[in-house]
Amino acid sequence: MAKTKDSKVEERPKWDNKVQYMLTCIGFAVGLGNVWRFPYLCQIYGGGAFLIPYLIALVFEGLPLLYLELAIGQRLRKGSIGVWNSISPLLGGVGIASMLVSFLVGIFYNTILAWVLWYFFHSFQNPLPWSQCPLNDNQTDYNVECQRSSPVNYFWYRETLNITPNIETSGSLQWWLVICLASAWCVVYICLIKGIKSMGKAVYVTATFPYLVLTIFLIRGLTLPGAIDGLVYLFTPNWDILKNPRVWLDAATQIFFSLSVAFGGLIAFSSYNEERNNCERDALLVGIINSATSLYASISIFAILGFKATTAFNSCQQDNILTLTNHFEIPDKNITLETYDQWFEHLNSTYPKEIANLPLWHCDLQTYLGQSASGTGLAFILFTEAVIEMPGSQVWAVLFFIMLLSLGLSSMFGNIEGVLTPINDLKLLPKWIPNEVVTAIICLISFLTALIFTLGSGNYWVEVFNNYVGSVPLLIIAFFEFIGVIYVHGMKNFSEDIYFMTGSRPSIFWRQCWLWISPLLLLIVLVAYVIVQAQEYPVYPAWNADREPFPGTDTLNYPEWVFAIIILLCVVPVLPIPLVALYRLILRCTKKSSARTDLNPYSNDGFQIET
Amino acid sequence: MLRFSLSELLQLLKNFCFSFSGKMLEKILILLCLTSAAAGQLCKPDASDGYKVRLSIKTALGDQAYLWDEKEMFLFRSTMAYAMRGQLNQQFDVSNIIVCEETARVSFWFVVTSPLNTSNLVDKKSVEEAVRKHRNRINSAFLLTDETLEFEGIPRTLEAPFTPDTPPWLIVFGVVMGAVVAGIIVFIGFSVVQKKRKKNKKTPEDEDSEEEESRGKTMENGAANEGVYNMSFTDEERFTRI
Repeated sequence: MAKTKDSKVEERPKWDNKVQYMLTCIGFAVGLGNVWRFPYLCQIYGGGAFLIPYLIALVFEGLPLLYLELAIGQRLRKGSIGVWNSISPLLGGVGIASMLVSFLVGIFYNTILAWVLWYFFHSFQNPLPWSQCPLNDNQTDYNVECQRSSPVNYFWYRETLNITPNIETSGSLQWWLVICLASAWCVVYICLIKGIKSMGKAVYVTATFPYLVLTIFLIRGLTLPGAIDGLVYLFTPNWDILKNPRVWLDAATQIFFSLSVAFGGLIAFSSYNEERNNCERDALLVGIINSATSLYASISIFAILGFKATTAFNSCQQDNILTLTNHFEIPDKNITLETYDQWFEHLNSTYPKEIANLPLWHCDLQTYLGQSASGTGLAFILFTEAVIEMPGSQVWAVLFFIMLLSLGLSSMFGNIEGVLTPINDLKLLPKWIPNEVVTAIICLISFLTALIFTLGSGNYWVEVFNNYVGSVPLLIIAFFEFIGVIYVHGMKNFSEDIYFMTGSRPSIFWRQCWLWISPLLLLIVLVAYVIVQAQEYPVYPAWNADREPFPGTDTLNYPEWVFAIIILLCVVPVLPIPLVALYRLILRCTKKSSARTDLNPYSNDGFQIET
Repeated sequence: MLRFSLSELLQLLKNFCFSFSGKMLEKILILLCLTSAAAGQLCKPDASDGYKVRLSIKTALGDQAYLWDEKEMFLFRSTMAYAMRGQLNQQFDVSNIIVCEETARVSFWFVVTSPLNTSNLVDKKSVEEAVRKHRNRINSAFLLTDETLEFEGIPRTLEAPFTPDTPPWLIVFGVVMGAVVAGIIVFIGFSVVQKKRKKNKKTPEDEDSEEEESRGKTMENGAANEGVYNMSFTDEERFTRI
C-alpha cells in the first residue's frame, strides 16, 4: 500500500471549522446586490407582490443549483476546472469559462470597492464634502455644474469619477481613483495571502459586520420621521404586476445572480471541506440566509429613503410657505407644515389671481418616494443625500461605507478563489512558486487590467461589464453545469455521491428539480433574457454637464466598437465550452491509444503505471 | 415714525405760536408740511434707492424669539446708521434712516438720507455695499442669519468652504494603506522565515522521503482512498454491473 503522506506533499487546505466555511459561502452570496438591487426591484415591481416570483425562483432554481455546486465540489475536492475535467474531459471548458467570468467580474467589482473606499476616506470630514458646493474659480458664486445639479451629484460625477460626457471620450487616468484601486487590491490581497487560512479569519468580520450595521441602520431609520411612509411604499403589494412577464424574468435573474452560482467560487470553497459533510443543509442555509438578508436590507434602506423623501417633501412645502408668507405679509411662522393646507385654501379662495401668479411648487410625497435608484446611484447619491440630513452624519456615513466594503470584500474572496483554486489544482505554475506569490501575481494583473475603470469614462465601462459579463455567460455556464452533473455524470452516481457524503439520498424534490425543472427554468430565463436584450439597441445613461435641461442623464447609444466589445464579453467567456469539447474530441479520435488522455481507466493516480 | 414727527412738530407749533407772529407761523407750518410730505415721498415701496427688509425671527429663534417693537426698530435704524458711517465716513444719525410700510410679517422699506442734505437720498449702491460689508454685525445685533434677516435685492456674500492644506482623505488613506502594507510585509516575512526553518529540518529526512516516492505517486488531495475511486469508470459501471 503506497504511503500517501509525505513531508514534501501538502495536504489540501481545510477550513478551521464549519463556521468559517458557512460564513465564507454566505459572505460570497450576500453582496452589494442584496443591498442595492433587491430593494429597487422590490419597489418598482409592486412591493410585496414581487416576493412571490422571487421565492418561487429561489425554491425551484436557486436552491437546486446551489446544492448541486456545493455537493459536486465537496465530492470531487477540486476547483471548478478540476471538477469538470473529472466528470468528463469534454466538459473541461465549463471550468475555464467559470474562471474567466470570475476574473472579469472580479476586476470591475473591486473598482466599485475602490469607489466605496474613496467615499469612506472622505467620511471623516466635517462637514461632509458632498453636502456643499465648492466655489467657482472667481470665488464669486458656487460652481455652475454643482448648482445646476446638486452637491451630491457633483461630488459623485465630478469629484469622484470626473466623468466624461460619453464612453468614447476616454479622458485620462484619475490618480485618486488609481490609489484607491491599489488600496482595494491590497486589502483583498492581505485577506487572501494565506489562502483559506487567512480568508477564513477575515470572513469572521466581513460576513458578520454588515448584519450589525444593517441592524443599527434599521433601528436608526425606524426612529426617523417618514420611515413608515417609505416602508409602506416599498411593501404595498400591487398584484397586477404579476401579469407582466418581465417581473418573473427579473426575479429569476436576481435570485440567480444574487446566489453567486456558476462562478466556480462555491465549488472551490466546498472542495476544502471534509468529505462527509451535510451539504444539503449548507445549501438550504446559504440560500435562505441570502434571501432573508435581501429582505432585511430592503427594510433598512427603505426606512432611510422614506425619511429622505419626507425631508425633501417638507423642504418643498417650506419653500411654498415662505413664498406665501412673503407675498401676503403674514407673520412669521403663522403658516406651518401642519396648517399649510388650510391657509392655502383660505388664500386661494380670497385671492385666486395672486395665488395663480405665485411660483408655487407642487409638492407630492409619492413623487419623492418614487425617486429610486439601484446600484451606484442608490449608494453614492440617494443614500449619501439621506445621510447628510441625519444628525451625526459622519458616523452614519462611515458605518454605511464600511458595511458596503465588507459586503463587497466577502464577495471578492469568492471571485478570486474561483480563479486561484483552478490554477493551484491544475498545477499550471511550477511548484517552487509559493502560493503567496501566485496570489500576488493574480492581484497585480487584475489591478493593471482594472486601470481602464479609473479613466474618465471608467463608470461607463463598469456598467458595460456589470450588465453583460455578469449575466448571459453565467446563465449558460449554469445550464451546462446541470447537463454535466445530471446527464453526463449521471443522476445515479450523483445520488451515490450524496449518499456517501451525507448519509441519505436526495429526496424526490431535489431529483425532479435537477432533472428537468431547474434546467428548463434556466433555459427559459436564458432565452427570454437574450430576447429582451436583443430587442433594442443597447443604450446607456451619460452625464453631460452641458446638457439642457440639467440635471439628468443623456441616454446615448453605444458606439459600434463598444457594441462589438459587448458581444465579445458575452461570447468569449463561454467560448471555452465548445472549444475544449472539440479539442478533446479531436484528441480522442486521433490518439486511439489511451496512454495520454484522461479517459484512461487505469490511470487513477493512486498507483504507478508499470509497463 | 411719521406719526411721532408730526406730534412733535405740533408740540413745537404750539410753543411757537405764542412767540411768533401769524405770518411766521404760516411759513413754519408750510415748511413743516413740506418736509413731512417730502419724508413721505422719500420712503415708499419700490423706492429707487430703498430696500425692503424681511425678518423671520420665529424661524430663527423658535421659543426664544423676541417681540418686534419700536425698540427693535430703533436698534435697526441705529445699526444701519452705524453701517453707513462705516461705509461713507459721514456723520449718519438715526434720523437719517427712514422706515415705512411696516407689516405684521415684520417687513418694511427703508431709505437712507444724506446727513449733508436731508432731502437727498444716498444712492442704492452705497447702501448695498454698506450692508454687505457689515452684514455680520447687523445679523448678530438681531441674533439672525443671512436667510432670516433678508435684504431683498442684496445677495449674500458666499462663505468659502473651509479647505485644509492637507486633504483629510489622504490622511485616512495613508493610515489604512500603511496598516495594510505593513500587514503584507509581516505575513510574507513570516512565511519566508517559516520556510527557511522547514528547509533546515528537511535535510536529514531526505533519504526517507526518496524511498516513499518510489512506492507510488502521491496525491495532493491527501485522501488515502482516492486511488480506488476512479471517476473514469462511471460510464462503464452503468452497463457492466454484475
